[in-house]
Amino acid sequence: MKKIINDPNMVVEEMLKGMEIAFPNRLKVVPNTKVIVRKDAPVVNKVALVSGGGSGHEPAHAGYIGAGMLDAAVVGEVFTSPTPDQVYEAIKAVDGGAGVFLVIKNYTGDVMNFEMAAELAEAEGIKVDKVVVNDDVAVEDSSFTTGRRGIAGTVFVHKIAGAKAKTGATLEEVKRIAEKVNDNVRSMGMAISPCTVPAAGTPSFELADNEMEIGIGIHGEPGIERKVITSADEIADELTQKILEDLDFNDSEVAVMINGLGSTPEMELFIINAKVNEILTEKGIKVYKTFVGEYMTSLEMAGCSVTLLKLDDELKQLLDAESSAPAFRV
Amino acid sequence: MLLTVQDSINWIRLTNGKVQENREYLTTLDQAIGDGDHGINMSRGFNEVMSKVHVSEYETVAEVFKDVAMTLISKVGGASGPLYGTAFLKMSTALKGNGKEVDFTSFTNAIDEGLKGIVMRGKAKEGDKTMIDVWAPVLKLLKESEEVDPEQLAVTAKVAVEATKHIKATKGRAAYLGDRSIEHIDPGAMSSYYLFEALAEVLST
Ligand SMILES: Nc1ncnc2c1ncn2[C@@H]1O[C@H](COP(=O)(O)OP(=O)(O)O)[C@@H](O)[C@H]1O
Ligand SMILES: [Mg+2]
Repeated sequence: MKKIINDPNMVVEEMLKGMEIAFPNRLKVVPNTKVIVRKDAPVVNKVALVSGGGSGHEPAHAGYIGAGMLDAAVVGEVFTSPTPDQVYEAIKAVDGGAGVFLVIKNYTGDVMNFEMAAELAEAEGIKVDKVVVNDDVAVEDSSFTTGRRGIAGTVFVHKIAGAKAKTGATLEEVKRIAEKVNDNVRSMGMAISPCTVPAAGTPSFELADNEMEIGIGIHGEPGIERKVITSADEIADELTQKILEDLDFNDSEVAVMINGLGSTPEMELFIINAKVNEILTEKGIKVYKTFVGEYMTSLEMAGCSVTLLKLDDELKQLLDAESSAPAFRV
Repeated sequence: MLLTVQDSINWIRLTNGKVQENREYLTTLDQAIGDGDHGINMSRGFNEVMSKVHVSEYETVAEVFKDVAMTLISKVGGASGPLYGTAFLKMSTALKGNGKEVDFTSFTNAIDEGLKGIVMRGKAKEGDKTMIDVWAPVLKLLKESEEVDPEQLAVTAKVAVEATKHIKATKGRAAYLGDRSIEHIDPGAMSSYYLFEALAEVLST
């Protein structure tokens, strides 16, 4: 393992410290926790948004803290959901009286830990509601299984639900819009190299020089299929087709996100974007806005994901609304 | 069988030993079908449990389990934190009426409640390739016996964990792999095996 770290067991604490120092006017760490909040939290009478999960996905989730997006991010160990007490601390720190909305990615651990925190908060009289994001089309969706996981599409949920909350919307309205985004967003990812969790010290899997994993998540876990690597165009085609098969995008307008998983050059992301745009245009799907860059990473994994969000006027307006989050500029 | 306060602490200590010894192995299992953190999670959690249990004085087994539960819930995270935490919390609640010692019937009932807690939290069932696949056969054995036979307990848990190899996962992260999850032992089932292997060791001395 070759990493720029001090102690594998201290990476989260040390990262939080560095983050707080980097954004002294915007962010603060709640003392003795792994919770990072807006400097001006709690915002009175605004529904507060709390997101989070394991760390290793930077700039997610703390990079999305800011007016018009998140109020707090709860940071777990690398790839490990934070514990209920930490999520509860976040809820308490940002509750401004209008309730707290939790954005949870659909992983068994995240759902359980956030739900236990919600139970604690509700017992204290804080109104809490949630959305469980599951945008990954690589995974079979069935009520008998864990279901689909939440990946880069979560960033659009942060953006749009956050913009809604900023308008003074109620907790119910924020929930409705968050679910609307989740219903209309689909993603799929792939990787050409694995990543190493610092405390584990070894890569999560091995790939030969000519291999790639299709249908990868954001925790260094293997994908659904391993095969010989193809060209960028073919990769873009495979990911996009899978998404288009899953939801009817015909005649719609979409937001596109080409997300790098940690060590993919932007050059490659733009190459992917060119092809995705070509496919969509051919099908008569209009691209309203495009986001290319690192939004939801998996440590130093090389690879990318494609996300499409089907838009209507309401979603467009909220997507366009101002955000002061360091990692999301419209 | 009588499980004393000291036995219950020994049980946790032995479990901790196995978890620390097999930290890398549990992580390797989780790298194959999950995200490679199970060994790290369990090692961190049980380290904290040991520091907590070491400095505390206990009157009842229920109190020991309550501390174990609260520590696991607040220090582990992931899926295994809330699941093991809930299991020990339910076991603690089930044993509230008992004092310094727990008899076989009460203990079996506690394991029953613990398993129910895991199912309530995780909404998985036997055969989904999770830790439940070790807890359920162990509970069945206890329910069908009049006294605990430590050797049989260890064997039952061992057979159960090995059997998870052949299951296709439908719950937890391993479910994302579908058929590719077959031929791998479930990491949470393995850590549950250590738990029951440790219990067998405590009960045979
Ligand atoms: N819904 C569930 N019910 C019971 N056990 C589960 C469930 N989901 C996961 N597990 C258990 O948790 C183990 C994984 O734990 P861990 O790696 O610590 O958490 P995470 O999956 O969040 O990374 C799995 O091997 C499995 O035994
Ligand atoms: Mg894991």
